[in-house]
Amino acid sequence: MEILKIEGLSKDFFLHEAQREIRSCQDIRFSLDRGQFIGIAGRSGAGKSTILKCINRTYLTSRGRILYESEAFGRIDLASAPEREILYLRKYEIGYVSQFLNVMPRTTAREHVMGALLEMGGSEAEAARDAREMLCYFRLPEELWDLYPSTFSGGERLRLNLARAMVKRPRLLLLDEPTASLDDGSKSLVREMLRSLKSKDTSMIGIFHDLTFMEGVCDRVFNMSEGAFV
Amino acid sequence: MHLKEKPVLEVKHLSVRYGEGCEACRSSLEKNRCPVCGTVWAANDISLEVYHGEVLGIVGESGSGKSTLMRCLYLDIEPTGGSAFFKDYKSGRTSIWDVSAAEKRRVRNHLMGMVYQNPILGLRMDFTSSANIAEKLIAAGERDAGAMTGRATELLEAVEIPSSRMKEPPRVFSGGMQQRVQISRALANHPSLLLLDEVTTGLDLSVQAKVLDLIRKIRAKYGVSILLVSHDLAVIRMLADRTVVMLDGKIVESGLTDQILEDPQHAYTQQLVHSLI
Repeated sequence: MEILKIEGLSKDFFLHEAQREIRSCQDIRFSLDRGQFIGIAGRSGAGKSTILKCINRTYLTSRGRILYESEAFGRIDLASAPEREILYLRKYEIGYVSQFLNVMPRTTAREHVMGALLEMGGSEAEAARDAREMLCYFRLPEELWDLYPSTFSGGERLRLNLARAMVKRPRLLLLDEPTASLDDGSKSLVREMLRSLKSKDTSMIGIFHDLTFMEGVCDRVFNMSEGAFV
Repeated sequence: MHLKEKPVLEVKHLSVRYGEGCEACRSSLEKNRCPVCGTVWAANDISLEVYHGEVLGIVGESGSGKSTLMRCLYLDIEPTGGSAFFKDYKSGRTSIWDVSAAEKRRVRNHLMGMVYQNPILGLRMDFTSSANIAEKLIAAGERDAGAMTGRATELLEAVEIPSSRMKEPPRVFSGGMQQRVQISRALANHPSLLLLDEVTTGLDLSVQAKVLDLIRKIRAKYGVSILLVSHDLAVIRMLADRTVVMLDGKIVESGLTDQILEDPQHAYTQQLVHSLI
């Protein structure tokens, strides 16, 4: 069953100060089935992240449609849906993970993960239990749980990001170069985790620099160059 | 499913002008001042909605109309035109700007809490912290001294003012503590909307983080909707779900906060985001 269908997605940026238009991805088309994992590879600047950011509505789509099969709303075009529906989907159905950490100041790793559940309306006790389970699953050392993540290493931050995104059990997970700057050990750990998520029917789109990393995890891999699939 | 709930607050076509206005005002407005008659449009056709439990960020430079909007909502100044409907006020059918002065006082005391950048505007510096909260409760009709003391203690605890200091006046507190007392006072009457006007401006970074953390907790605990004015994009990024950008009395752009910051459309927003350190 199709969960996401992208039809002719294009994104241009207009920079007022320079009076220049920059064309990023152009006429992208693909579809993603339930439980499928699509990988997107390509050099920096090829437009890979742009696709994910358009799906997440961090970028406004210039042309085309992003049809998502939502549990709450049915079929919905993420490129034009009302902002409040996008906020709802981000809270309950769509997860976005990048290599960067985005935490509130004075928030511990445990609170960061719990916060995702509390904003969904879960109880404190449930949130604490699920957060613990997720932090264990992603093998974040227990002595770090009650510390502020600003001092964490790249690998620890990534695992925390994954824990926060996954604790909500999203139906669609967008992974924006999550393995950049990780050592080989951490990378294989992430690969195992992604494999296990896939077996639980999570649909995923991931961007990776490293093609060998994707072998055996992705069902399909698209290569991107100058804004288009090649 | 459709998200059909009504907004907590709906502002429609708010205008505030200083001057008589003229025919040319509509067509040849230069920034927010009419070159023909000299009328200044401090707010020009502003419409927005705030939903339950959401934080709506408002950014813009000095003179963009952010504070004018806040002051109109808190009924400190009278708008020239427009309407503002609260879901919890007369089923959202009567604009708070169209009622008598006595009714306005009631609206202000029951529906809203305001936190100013400068605590002097929001607090009685010589009253005790508890009395600052009690005053707000009395204004809303509370007369039971025991209930007032209980509520004051609960709120001051929620903003982490130690019980040993609740009898002290805000005058002897640090800037960060004063801001926290202001927040607790604003929450006294279970408002549907909290107005936060540059609340972290001028505070040390560590104190700022504490106040931000507190606002986040309050939102989660009380489910209150928040209108957050700040010129600090980091504060907006951290707290706001959606953001509107104001320039020369108008809203020039609005959207999801991360979209505004990563894919700004308007020339002014692009300039603002590119100036971010």
